[in-house]
Amino acid sequence: MAATASTSAFARSPFRALASLRLTVVCLGFGMLLIFLGTLAQVHSGIHAVQATYFQSLFIFWKPAGASWGIPVLPGGYLLGVVLLVNLIAAHATRFQFTKKKAGIICLHLGVILLLIGQLLTGLFARETQMRIDEGQTLAYSEASREVELAVIDVTNSEYDNVVAIPEKVVARGGVVQHPSLPFTVRIKRFLPNASLFMRSQVPNAPASEATIGVGPTIVATEQPRTIKDDERDLTAAFVEVTGVSGSLGTWLVSNAIPDPQSFTLGDRTFELIMRQRRFPKAFAITLLDFKHDQYAGTDIPKNFSSRVRLVDQERGENREALISMNDPLRYRGFTFYQSGFDNNDTTTILQVVRNPAMLLPYIACGLVALGLTLQFSMHLFGFVKKKR
Amino acid sequence: MKKGTLTLWLIALATLLYVLAPLFRHDVRNGFEIEKFGRLPVLLNGRIKPLDTVARNSLLIIHGNQTVRLPHEQLTPMDWLAEVMLKPDTADQQKIFIIRNLETRTALGRPPGAKNGAEANAFLAALGMVPDPDKYWSFRELFPHVQEIEQQAELAGRVDAPLRSPFQRDIMKLYERVVLYHKLQNSLQISGTEDFKGQLDALQKAIHPSAIPMQSGISAEALQSLSALSQTGYFFPIPPFPPVDDPLQWKKMGDGILHFVTDGKMHPAVLAFAAMASAFEANDTSGFNTAVDNYAGWVKEHLPSRVRKSNLEYVFNQLQLFYSAMVIYVLIFLLACASWLIWPEKLGRYAFALLLVTFVVHSAGLIIRMYLEGRPPVTNLYSSAVFIGWGSVLLGIMLERFFRNGIGSATAAIIGFITLLIAHHLSMDGDTMEMMRAVLDTNGWLATHVVCVTLGYAATFLAGFLALLYIVRGAFTSSLDRKTAQSLARMVYGIVCFATLFSFVGTILGGIWADQSWGRFWGWDPKENGALLIVLWNAIILHARWGGLVRQRGLMVLAVFGNVVTAWSWFGVNMLGIGLHSYGFMESAFPWLIGFCGSQLVFMAIGALPAHTWRSQLESVKTAPPVKMADVSV
Repeated sequence: MAATASTSAFARSPFRALASLRLTVVCLGFGMLLIFLGTLAQVHSGIHAVQATYFQSLFIFWKPAGASWGIPVLPGGYLLGVVLLVNLIAAHATRFQFTKKKAGIICLHLGVILLLIGQLLTGLFARETQMRIDEGQTLAYSEASREVELAVIDVTNSEYDNVVAIPEKVVARGGVVQHPSLPFTVRIKRFLPNASLFMRSQVPNAPASEATIGVGPTIVATEQPRTIKDDERDLTAAFVEVTGVSGSLGTWLVSNAIPDPQSFTLGDRTFELIMRQRRFPKAFAITLLDFKHDQYAGTDIPKNFSSRVRLVDQERGENREALISMNDPLRYRGFTFYQSGFDNNDTTTILQVVRNPAMLLPYIACGLVALGLTLQFSMHLFGFVKKKR
Repeated sequence: MKKGTLTLWLIALATLLYVLAPLFRHDVRNGFEIEKFGRLPVLLNGRIKPLDTVARNSLLIIHGNQTVRLPHEQLTPMDWLAEVMLKPDTADQQKIFIIRNLETRTALGRPPGAKNGAEANAFLAALGMVPDPDKYWSFRELFPHVQEIEQQAELAGRVDAPLRSPFQRDIMKLYERVVLYHKLQNSLQISGTEDFKGQLDALQKAIHPSAIPMQSGISAEALQSLSALSQTGYFFPIPPFPPVDDPLQWKKMGDGILHFVTDGKMHPAVLAFAAMASAFEANDTSGFNTAVDNYAGWVKEHLPSRVRKSNLEYVFNQLQLFYSAMVIYVLIFLLACASWLIWPEKLGRYAFALLLVTFVVHSAGLIIRMYLEGRPPVTNLYSSAVFIGWGSVLLGIMLERFFRNGIGSATAAIIGFITLLIAHHLSMDGDTMEMMRAVLDTNGWLATHVVCVTLGYAATFLAGFLALLYIVRGAFTSSLDRKTAQSLARMVYGIVCFATLFSFVGTILGGIWADQSWGRFWGWDPKENGALLIVLWNAIILHARWGGLVRQRGLMVLAVFGNVVTAWSWFGVNMLGIGLHSYGFMESAFPWLIGFCGSQLVFMAIGALPAHTWRSQLESVKTAPPVKMADVSV
């Protein structure tokens, strides 16, 4: 069967056009353009913004300066991925028979399909968080590195805390938040996605603070553009007003740049207010026993980083030591812990905690693609050599 | 037939003689056995290497060249280093600091002349067309300006790297070079020490070793100079004592002596180097040679495996295998091209024989490097250039073996030449055998992912250069007949298949490596994207061919663009200065990259010209039917 797809074929059957090699070539071409532009854009926009706008999107929009609308100029990564996927499946449905000669092509394309599906699932469902543990410290949660939450903690009972965490999305929306376990409402008066915080004494002639209570009045918070650098993160801030049945208790300034919680009492209960990196509780705890940073002799070139940790899981009766080092992560209950960084003179480790349900797909895909390509091309090669002899 | 074989053997023999010639030269200068001195192992940047390697890399950085040409003689790197370390008065007068930047010269008080036409003169001088008296500077000439250089470098250092002006970059580099020179001078002894051995002997008699140095009876001044020697010293000359094979226990000269002050044990290496220093300074050749011999015997006895490697590295340095291979590749290319005009049989065979021998030389270099480093072939940009050349030549040899029309030889040779030339320029930054940073310290991934991706680069370049040959021969000569055109098309198609296999598998393996070490399969990092672009481009070529969207010439035009994509992925992304894979360097290479890509676009345009404008007429191609899916999937 001829693989040429002409415009008449398009007219005959849209399904056949969907399966055409012409479409494949066009999609691959757009893919290259997208990747090239996405690489260049990283110089000015940072990798996270580029990922969202170029690769995890349906369209790339051209926006006139200051406008809130845009014109789609290029297909985005998700759209191209899906079209290629459909193209590939359609091609196999219409053109390819399951014969021995086609085994290589089928195997290889199956690998590509898995790869595309895997990336789609990863983009949608994978979650990357971090654990920052000091030597001797035990943590049972990980944190999002680029997302905050507003936590309202009931610390009345010394046995346990009762935490209500308001996600960044909700805080950013503004308005009033009410929760059944809280005897008051929290009103978000102003949200600053990125802010610089200075002591009031350092900023002469600063306008009066919106905050009326806590550390807020002594601090000047000024809104800043969001950072695009990969090694920086936003300092988020908000002014929040707490109102009980008998009226307002005051307006607090909260920010992830203010490390200590600010407490207040209402009736016989004590609460704390803190904005912090969004936390993801774990059913198990990790203690950092020792962090090591090896260097090559007579240099400061790092040779290895490793964290010796103790993993304790009451639920499953697990209590053991593990070593996490470069290229050798710890995998436990669907999470993978990678050595990502360190701090405080080599006494604090930073672990990347990843949960990716589609993690295995690339491994299978790689095997299939390698097998398929090798089969296909060695058949070519042997045929060619035989002919030449 | 027999006569032909004899000629082939003679060619092979002559080539080997040319390559091995440096081994027959022995570096003895004024009676000093500098060669043996250069073989002594020291530790620098985490690796144990012969002093000769330290000398070569330092000289490359400071001088931009591996030999020093004086009016009456040529200095080898070791001749130079021995003087720098042991006869500073002489060394300081040698004009070895190369300064090309005119603004830097102005800052040093030598503006490029005020008279008319000075600018043009300076330009001609830069091109080497008129003598340039201010190109090389001695340390003595620079010395009065050291403070000025330091200040300017500090100012430049405050500017973000990509925004620095050529002057700022140059003055920072000059400062680094001056510091390096200063460190070299103070590595074996405090620069200008008189009779180091005598002083050590006196010290040994005068003090009573004590755990607290001040209680040993050593003068505060002497103690201070010991710690200065430790801080300034560039490399670690003193092996562990008692001898164990642990790089972490090597010491600098100052610490070696301090060890005696606190512990009472004088390291034989300390005494040996001191004896060499005193003898060299006093022009006592036999004393120097005996000290070197004795110490060489000591390290050989106690660290035999290190000495073996160190000796091999010395020989490797002398041979400069990649340089020789580079020169011969040019010859092969010319021979192969000539074979299309005259004596196709004979010249083609000679070119192929020469190619095989040169491939052996190239491979030997690669294998020795791998052995010395204990690593797979590709560990940095330099070695990637060497390996891309090697891979292309290997594939070219296979093509030549089948087609026997000189095309495989010519293409292999030109890529071999270009990649080794690139490697030669990349080696100007210093030691090309660096230690691998934590995440890269894994031979398994270096051997699979990196090798696969690099072979993918090599194959894509090979396909691109084959296509260039097609276009050049077709458009500018009448030598491209139908048969040659068809075999070229087959070659390009086959090599593109090979490139797809390796770049695809290599790229996915890279993803898996990233998943293993950072927990994400794909991060859209520039280098990852670059590799993916190559995969996609090769896939486009294959699908366009299968779909009949392109025929023979179209295939060639697409394959040439593969050169642009690969060059971008190899070098372009490094120039962006972002991402985990960026090396941050090579402003000077940028115009070359642009020039290369531009030239490829021109060739693509020529390839797309109407067929009748070509000198070789390939009418048959126009009527050739598109390849059918059924055919290609055989």
